[in-house]
Amino acid sequence: MAKQYKVVHCKVNGKEIEQVVDVRSSLTDMLRNDLHLTSVKKGCEVGECGACTVIINGEGFNSCIYLAVWAEGKEIWTLEGITGPNGELSDIQQAFVDEGAIQCGFCTPGFIMTSWEIVNSGREYTDDELRKALSGHLCRCTGYENIFRAVKKTMLRRLGKDKEAEMVNSQGITEYPEPMPFK
Amino acid sequence: MYDIKALYEAESVKDAIRLLQEHPEAQVLAGGSDVLVQIREGRRAGCEFVSIYMLDELRGVSIDGEENIRIGSLTSFSHITNDPVIQKYINVLGEAVDMVGGPQIRAIGTIGGNTCNGVTSADSASTLMAWDAVIELTGPEGARRVPIKDFYIKAKVVDIKPGEIQTAILIPKESYENCFGHYIKYSMRNALDIATTGCSVNIVLSSDKKTFERVRIGYGVASPIPVRAPHAEEFINGKKITEKNIKKFAETVLEDINPRDSWRAGKALRQHISVVMAERALRDCVEQAGGKVDG
Repeated sequence: MAKQYKVVHCKVNGKEIEQVVDVRSSLTDMLRNDLHLTSVKKGCEVGECGACTVIINGEGFNSCIYLAVWAEGKEIWTLEGITGPNGELSDIQQAFVDEGAIQCGFCTPGFIMTSWEIVNSGREYTDDELRKALSGHLCRCTGYENIFRAVKKTMLRRLGKDKEAEMVNSQGITEYPEPMPFK
Repeated sequence: MYDIKALYEAESVKDAIRLLQEHPEAQVLAGGSDVLVQIREGRRAGCEFVSIYMLDELRGVSIDGEENIRIGSLTSFSHITNDPVIQKYINVLGEAVDMVGGPQIRAIGTIGGNTCNGVTSADSASTLMAWDAVIELTGPEGARRVPIKDFYIKAKVVDIKPGEIQTAILIPKESYENCFGHYIKYSMRNALDIATTGCSVNIVLSSDKKTFERVRIGYGVASPIPVRAPHAEEFINGKKITEKNIKKFAETVLEDINPRDSWRAGKALRQHISVVMAERALRDCVEQAGGKVDG
């Protein structure tokens, strides 16, 4: 069978893209090899580790088990798209740095894209909901606590709850101060 | 790059049927969370595929002209969970599919794929069985409907004829009216794991909320295909809501199910948890329906 190619039109990180792809490519292949967006990591390539996570039409997907041709007409965001114009870190990225949520860094772009979806939702997740929302990612370095804390603090800050964000302890639990003793 | 011999992209349901007729060797590719992984594993490497993923006409949940809940076969798990119709009438289905894989898998996985792969551990299957879902298939001769119990033939084999695709899953009104359900998934991890066994129960109580008018129970991984427990259902229907009846109901499921030993779990464990899950799920349903366990 002759090789099959197709032109895909989509919006990636706010820019209109027209790209010729081999129909056998995954979206990870297209983003990395054709568009040079190498934050999209090739991890397990079977939808288990979450390292290739990108946001498609507002929802997080594993780009490794998504055909590039399915990107037609979609709006896609990768880590490169959420930094400032001169590469300044966004609040969620800075929180990962501050909380020590990065060690080797391989899972980080995927984790940050899911976290970005969470903090952009404008919703306050409970601790259990947060853990569930992050459960599609594997990290073999950090033990997840630092990541959880970075996401929780950013979520609270985005909701204008800076004080509560300061009360999140090292285990990620919000520690409210003891009520003032009655005098 | 996937090892795909040829990819045919369908532009409509009609087009998909035409492509399947033109390429009888081709397999249907919906969300791909099973199929693409199996290409990667080599099990489906080098095959031809008809992709139906772009057919938005097969997405969404609605109430149709016959008052059925109509779930388009390409509706993703995450969209089912967040759908207001599902939340109002069959919330248990939204809860069940919210236990599939992880969030990214639930964004791509479709309910059509979850049933067409014919796998007993599918988290949606036991609930669809227990709610007497009807499968709509569209082929060269038009659409036909099959009750889900007849749709599953044997492990990994379902009733799809050449040239056909599944276009919708319907829940009839008499099935969802006044009905409350609960699903329990028993697995080793809370995320990204396949059910050791899954159990879905739903009930309709009598108007005085003292009697079980209709109880239905479906299992995944208790047989080679998703099954109901007819003896248990027959026992409990029309009975009072009592401790004794609930216990007897749960024990009776053992007459109906036939779990196997696998590397995931042994038969004895599966039998044990099947009984425990039946009891717990039934109690949860009674509570949701506003009933009380007497004596």
